[in-house]
Amino acid sequence: MRGLIEEDYTTKEGEFVINIGPQHPSTHGVLHLKVWLNGETIIKIQPHLGYIHRSIEKMSERLSYRNFIFATSRMDYLAAHINNEACALAVEKGLQIEATPRAKVVRTILSELTRLSSHQLWWASTGLDLGAVTPFFYAFREREAILDIMDETCGARLTQNYMVPGGLMNDIHPNFQKRTKEVLKQIKEKFKEYDDILTGNVIFINRTKGVGYLSKEDALSYGVTGPTARASGLSCDIRKWAPYSAYPSVDFEEILDTEGDSYSRYLIRMKEMKQSVSIIEQLIDNIPEGDFQEKTKNVIKLPKGEFYQRVETPRGELGVYIVSEGMSSPYRIKYRSPNFSNLSVLPTIAKGYKIGDLVAIMATIDLVIPDIDR
Amino acid sequence: MSNKKTADLVFPGQLHQTENGGFLTTKLDDIINWARSNSLWPLVFGTSCCAIEMMSAADAKYDWSRFGFEVARATPRQSDLIIVAGTIVMKMAPVLKRLYDQMPDPKYVIAMGACTISGGPFFYNTYSVVKGVDHIIPVDVYVPGCPPRPEALLHSMLTLQEKIRHEKYFKKEKK
Repeated sequence: MRGLIEEDYTTKEGEFVINIGPQHPSTHGVLHLKVWLNGETIIKIQPHLGYIHRSIEKMSERLSYRNFIFATSRMDYLAAHINNEACALAVEKGLQIEATPRAKVVRTILSELTRLSSHQLWWASTGLDLGAVTPFFYAFREREAILDIMDETCGARLTQNYMVPGGLMNDIHPNFQKRTKEVLKQIKEKFKEYDDILTGNVIFINRTKGVGYLSKEDALSYGVTGPTARASGLSCDIRKWAPYSAYPSVDFEEILDTEGDSYSRYLIRMKEMKQSVSIIEQLIDNIPEGDFQEKTKNVIKLPKGEFYQRVETPRGELGVYIVSEGMSSPYRIKYRSPNFSNLSVLPTIAKGYKIGDLVAIMATIDLVIPDIDR
Repeated sequence: MSNKKTADLVFPGQLHQTENGGFLTTKLDDIINWARSNSLWPLVFGTSCCAIEMMSAADAKYDWSRFGFEVARATPRQSDLIIVAGTIVMKMAPVLKRLYDQMPDPKYVIAMGACTISGGPFFYNTYSVVKGVDHIIPVDVYVPGCPPRPEALLHSMLTLQEKIRHEKYFKKEKK
């Protein structure tokens, strides 16, 4: 093992190695980066993983099809709801049922609320990483409002666990629509503040513009997805390419850019926040009446076979791959997590930039470490 | 000064007015505990989900700076409280121990969330998770929940302050 970790690269004169992490505020968790430097210039980066490997995939093999969904809330905890939805959709695919129309619309609304809250946290932490503390307080003001909706309807702030195969666990709270509209109104007013404080800020632009260029070819060959890839012009929005839940009935455009630098990745996410608001506005008044859950058996058994479902999380494409042997728990579960692929491109795009730029690059790639290690 | 709880929160001691201003009398233990409990500097340490709720506790809605926790430090050498927010796995355990060892005394530990208490939702069928952070470092306050709400974290911090106020450094124990 040591032979693998100690790299084949021999440092030349004037070059040295530093370790960033596993305990470092800019890694947003416990990522360990081994960085080879010449002065301040990055020559080479090697990420070391496994500091938060909780063996969720292996654990799922012993859990029932109802229970394994809830372990995924802890994978990408900023998009817990979307993770749950992906698993529920995969199980539904195996059962050859579909969620009720009401459940589909509520799922989509909650997914977009999750995306909003996730991007707001990303915005807050990007500000913190680049030396601005105020964005943290601005973003969390709106994020808390969204979490209150989650709290009321799902019963939890962060790990919602609201999805079951066939629909929702409970019906939505009576206040859900009213409260969501209030929060959307509040958020729409505050977008201008967001732009004023960071988007047009000269210091912020200098730190991010032209930093961490990712080409479309690299994005494609490394399997980068989500806003990170879309900033390089790679069209990869699962909501458009393989629509699920209520996305086919929603009118929205995939947001693309061709710059591929950190600032462009920043702008894509800012636009996505506005887009999420418009998607929710289209759906919030049109929640169909009816059951919130399709009837399923108490013990779910999937037929023998393989089932794959992908969804668009705030960070990219999440794939859930279930291998079933016809038992009440899966034979094998594999998650194709967006963060793992997005991290794999970091050594390529950070090469040649200064070590201070590494913070900006990592902030705009928006990594969630437990989703990498699982 | 009738309410004992309120009295604990303000400066412990008595003010004696004199012509030229005045002076305070207090006990050494009391003033040390008062100073320590009201300026705990937490280490920025979060491994997973609980770290996000820890961030929520720092925001304007919950605002842990009301209790003197706002100076979050990124280095263990400047902090005296470590909030273990998130699962600790076998590979992370030596790192956590080292962080704890690097903190100057007196140091305190809050175990936040089910994972740090017992391994949490990962306590069975996993090979990689440390089943409770108290296997590695001594814990002062446990906060249950997955993840605990920010209010729960604030409560644990107040509990820790209460604990610190009853510490004795100079008072000799009775035989």
